[in-house]
Amino acid sequence: MNPVNYLYLAALLFTIGATGVLIRRNAIIVFMSIELMLNAANLTLVAFSRMHGNLDGQIMAFFVMVVAAAEVVVGLAIIVMLYRSRHSASVDDASLMKL
Amino acid sequence: MSDMSFPLVTATAVLPALGAVATAAVPAARRTVAKWLALAVSLGTLVLAGWVLAAFDAGGERYQLTESYAWIADFGVRYEVGVDGIAAALIALTALLIPFIIAAGWHDAEPDPDGEGADAGRRWRPTQGFFALILMVEAMVIISFAATDVFVFYIFFEAMLIPMYFLIGGFGDRAHAAGEAEGAKQRSYAAVKFLLYNLAGGLIMLAAVIGLYVVTADQLPAGTFSLQQIAEARASGELEMATNTERLLFLGFFLAFAVKAPLWPLHTWLPNAMGESTAPVAVLITAVVDKVGTFAMLRFCLGLFPEASAWATPVVIVLALVSIVYGALLAVGQRDIKRLVAYASISHFGFIILGIFAMTSQGQSGATLYMVFHGISTAALMLVAGFLISRRGSRLIADYGGVQKVAPVLAGTFLIGGLATLSLPGLAPFVSEFLVLVGTFSRYPAAGIVATAGIVLAAIYVLLLYQRTMTGPVDKPEIARMPDLRPRELAVVAPLIALLIFLGVFPKPLTDIVNPAVEHTLSDVRETDPEPELPAVEATE
Amino acid sequence: MDSLIGLLVAAPLLGAAVLLCGGRRLDRTGHWLGTALAATSFVIGAVLFFDMLGREGEDRALHQHLFSWVPVQGFQADVAFQLDQLSMTFVLLITGVGSLIHLYSIGYMEHDERRRRFFGYLNLFLAAMLLLVLADNYLLLYVGWEGVGLASFLLIGFWQHKPSAATAAKKAFIVNRVGDMGLSIAIFLMFTTFGTFAFGPVLENADRAGEGTLTAIGLMLLLAACGKSAQVPLQSWLGDAMEGPTPVSALIHAATMVTAGVYLITRSGAIFDAAPTAQTVVVTVGAVTLLFGAIVGCAKDDIKKALAGSTMSQIGYMVLAAGLGPIGYAFAIMHLVTHGFFKAGLFLGAGSVMHGMNDEVDMRKYGGLRRYMPVTFVTFGLGYLAIIGFPGLSGFFSKDLIIEAAFSAGGVQGWVLGGATLLGAGLTAYYMTRVMILTFFGEPRWKNRPAPSPASPDVEPSAQESGEHAEPHPHESPRSMTIPMIVLAFGSVFAGGLFNWGEAFVHWLEPVTSFEHPHPPIPIPVITAATVTMMLLGVGVAWAQYARRPVPVVAPRGSLLTRSARRDLLQDDFNHAVFVSGGQHLTRSLVYLDHTVVDGAVNGTAAAFGGLSGRMRKLQNGFARSYAVSMFGGAAVLVAATLLMRAV
Repeated sequence: MNPVNYLYLAALLFTIGATGVLIRRNAIIVFMSIELMLNAANLTLVAFSRMHGNLDGQIMAFFVMVVAAAEVVVGLAIIVMLYRSRHSASVDDASLMKL
Repeated sequence: MSDMSFPLVTATAVLPALGAVATAAVPAARRTVAKWLALAVSLGTLVLAGWVLAAFDAGGERYQLTESYAWIADFGVRYEVGVDGIAAALIALTALLIPFIIAAGWHDAEPDPDGEGADAGRRWRPTQGFFALILMVEAMVIISFAATDVFVFYIFFEAMLIPMYFLIGGFGDRAHAAGEAEGAKQRSYAAVKFLLYNLAGGLIMLAAVIGLYVVTADQLPAGTFSLQQIAEARASGELEMATNTERLLFLGFFLAFAVKAPLWPLHTWLPNAMGESTAPVAVLITAVVDKVGTFAMLRFCLGLFPEASAWATPVVIVLALVSIVYGALLAVGQRDIKRLVAYASISHFGFIILGIFAMTSQGQSGATLYMVFHGISTAALMLVAGFLISRRGSRLIADYGGVQKVAPVLAGTFLIGGLATLSLPGLAPFVSEFLVLVGTFSRYPAAGIVATAGIVLAAIYVLLLYQRTMTGPVDKPEIARMPDLRPRELAVVAPLIALLIFLGVFPKPLTDIVNPAVEHTLSDVRETDPEPELPAVEATE
Repeated sequence: MDSLIGLLVAAPLLGAAVLLCGGRRLDRTGHWLGTALAATSFVIGAVLFFDMLGREGEDRALHQHLFSWVPVQGFQADVAFQLDQLSMTFVLLITGVGSLIHLYSIGYMEHDERRRRFFGYLNLFLAAMLLLVLADNYLLLYVGWEGVGLASFLLIGFWQHKPSAATAAKKAFIVNRVGDMGLSIAIFLMFTTFGTFAFGPVLENADRAGEGTLTAIGLMLLLAACGKSAQVPLQSWLGDAMEGPTPVSALIHAATMVTAGVYLITRSGAIFDAAPTAQTVVVTVGAVTLLFGAIVGCAKDDIKKALAGSTMSQIGYMVLAAGLGPIGYAFAIMHLVTHGFFKAGLFLGAGSVMHGMNDEVDMRKYGGLRRYMPVTFVTFGLGYLAIIGFPGLSGFFSKDLIIEAAFSAGGVQGWVLGGATLLGAGLTAYYMTRVMILTFFGEPRWKNRPAPSPASPDVEPSAQESGEHAEPHPHESPRSMTIPMIVLAFGSVFAGGLFNWGEAFVHWLEPVTSFEHPHPPIPIPVITAATVTMMLLGVGVAWAQYARRPVPVVAPRGSLLTRSARRDLLQDDFNHAVFVSGGQHLTRSLVYLDHTVVDGAVNGTAAAFGGLSGRMRKLQNGFARSYAVSMFGGAAVLVAATLLMRAV
């Protein structure tokens, strides 16, 4: 199978993820969309690794997965704390970061 | 001079810097200790500065007591200091005035008696801060005068703004015409204005400093900031600057100095800063810090960019003339004593800049003497004005009248300070002002005549001030109760007045030091004095 | 002998320093110290004078070089003195009259608690004036020139609690500063022309310079002289200067300082001789002032202001004579010296009258005082006869010589100047007779003094302010005041005759000022006769107006000329309208402009940046999603830019 197709799939997944981040307000959905984008990037790395016959990309993908796991822990914790304090998981409610 | 001997110039600057740290470290309750410590340090600095003057050989090399150490080798920055006659005179002026400023400001920075009890006093230490900041400014000013490396100069020229900002913004007259809260607001406005003006000028200069390095790195084996190296390379033709490059670099430097000096129309920070700060700090601004600006014009603008200086001369002369007349006219129209002195200073800085750019030996010697004498005369006038203001708690001229009757010594010293400001012959500023005028007239007669009109305006603003504050009937109860000068205050003013008279009658010791330096500067810009129409007169004498 | 010259200046300078810094300890003895030092200076002057007489004409000048004052490349100013016959004349006049007036002031200022300071200022004045006449270069002369200005400022404003005195002092200094500007520019011109400003080289080489330059120098020197000597158009300060204590008016504003302008012109004779245009301006100024002062003097009711007008007028004579060149210099100086005697005497007499009349200055409230103050009456009378040029007295000789010289100017100019001087002589006789009659003759008018008329409240401001409404008891002054008056009266009577004995004075000055005999177009006896006739005419008219009718205590409204003469011929009003008001408007609008335009430009820039950052701030809305959009947008732009760069 032509590895380029994986790149198309990755692009599609990234676009879906990006759209999700931009248009959804629920923090959980935004979070999942971010994961989708991360995994799209992973897929690209692995696909290029295969295309070039070089293992660097796969190693990089493992790194990303580890970092993503850590990020999930921190991110979910923040979302839970946010939900507890505001009784809402909408990202627009947390708009204190402005001048 | 050998590099291995005692680093006298550095020591003169380091002593007040160390003194500043020590003063700041004095515990909060020991305010008196801090005051005496600061005074002792400033007197020690005066001794060192006197030593610099004594060690300086007027007939010797251009830069003496030089020290040179590698600093940031990658950028060719060296810690290079050395004094010529002009720098030696100005270092002496600085070291001379600081003890008087400290003694005059003895009670200007007490913790607020209405503060929140003893606890407030323990954390808030204004006295220590005030005197430490003054000493810090002194150290930086001395290094700026002595630096012969453009980068070193730039650093201290800019760093000076930090202690000055706090001195202006943090310590004002307690009594303010518009109430204490409004006073604090205006004070912080003045401090911010001072900082922004000078910072803007300084940043433009930074660009020019970098530009200068690029030019030297381009053409010389290694880039350098050394004044002497650049001057030598220019003289030998090793370093050629394109006309436009030179002009742009000149403008970058000149703008910074013109803000500091201050030259019309970049002057508006000075009346605010001098008006809002206490009298000793106002003296520090106009008599000491601003002199760095005019000094740097003489040393850096003329020394580094002779052709561009000649190119800019007509414009600078016109701006200087505007400063002279405009400053004097505004001084006539002021209702606030300190602002009046500030505008008078703007007029006087016009004279200094006029003298520098007349490019004659009389003009430049006069300008250098003017820097020194203006420092002393303004200190005398402003400090007495400060004593007056502290008695009545008002800066407005209209709140005074008839002081002469109740406090004759105060009025007498005020009058002498005023007469020095209007350059009465017999007092020191006359010598310098006349030299500037002669030097200007011999090259630009019309400019000389316009500037001479400044002496009439000076008489008007000084005598109006004197008449409105000191003469007339005593019709205000606050005035009737006013005490005459106290011993401490007299001890501040009397030596300044004695110096004004002495240097007015016998300025030779100073001219002997200054003259050779001015000759060097004139040879930098390749100018010679205009010849008299009848050259044979000297022969027949 | 040379080294004594410095002592001439040093003695009074020491006195000034000691008296002004000495504090109240010296209150009891200070006036004697001041007087003694002035007298010391006079004795030294006399010693030098007799020493000078022992030498022959050209060798009489002495020089003393003290030290190099301002040595700068190409610019050498020295503190050096030169004592020649001209300076000697002034030294004797200054120290002589000065010592007498010190003596007089001991009595006059007896009740003033600040008497010590008064003597300090007087000594300061003497030192500055001696420096002025002894300097051997123009820059040092300038020091003395402004020094006397300072002393005059301090002394006019001596009673500082009176606002009018403080204002008058300030006015005198500022008007003088305008003149000083002229002196400065003259020195600049000398420096650029000759490379020096010492008397010797400048005056010896004056004829080698271009006439245009010399005319410019001459006019600038004249401006200086106008300021100091109260000549039109800078005369306005002299009348107000009468706010000072009377000894000051006598010493500074009559006998010595105001003649400094004449000294300057005479000293710079070589420059004026080579610049005929400048000379013409000088004689014009002199002629205008001599009539101006005389007219003002005729209208004033304040005895001191009447005498001030007279001073102006008499100095006009001197300036006119000095402008005539070698035929006039010696006469100008001779009139200066005789004028020094009789005018100082007149002022001291006026002071004595005021002393006895509770400081009343309005002559309309005097009258018949000769019975109460016989010594004052006699000495004042002798001074009066001298000033109007009564034959045989000092003024007759010196004034007559100037009138002769004026006629000798040649052509139309000679006739005009001669006519002006003759008319001036008549006016002098008129106003002085008026003063004499109003003060010493007629009925006493000080009793039952009416309240000041509301119609003319400005007639006698000082009397109103003094607040003394007690009835005066005229009495003769103490001996310390009468002795100086008697000595000066002797001078007024005999000096002129003595000077003219075989043209002694002219020969004495000749080596310095050069001299040519005037050759008037009409015989000298005719001129003398005309002068005497004019004088008698003036006396007659005044007698008819004031002695034969009772004098009203409140001045009548008078004709337009009288009213404007009372206001100094509207010169003050002109100055006020043009310079004072104009200046005030200018400074006020500049203060406004500085705040709005210059400062406004800067503050405006600051405000613009502030506004811009306010707009930019809105982008920071706190919504994470909009930050994400900008991140994506930024990333897209970056990628697009990279691709574009690749493609190119």
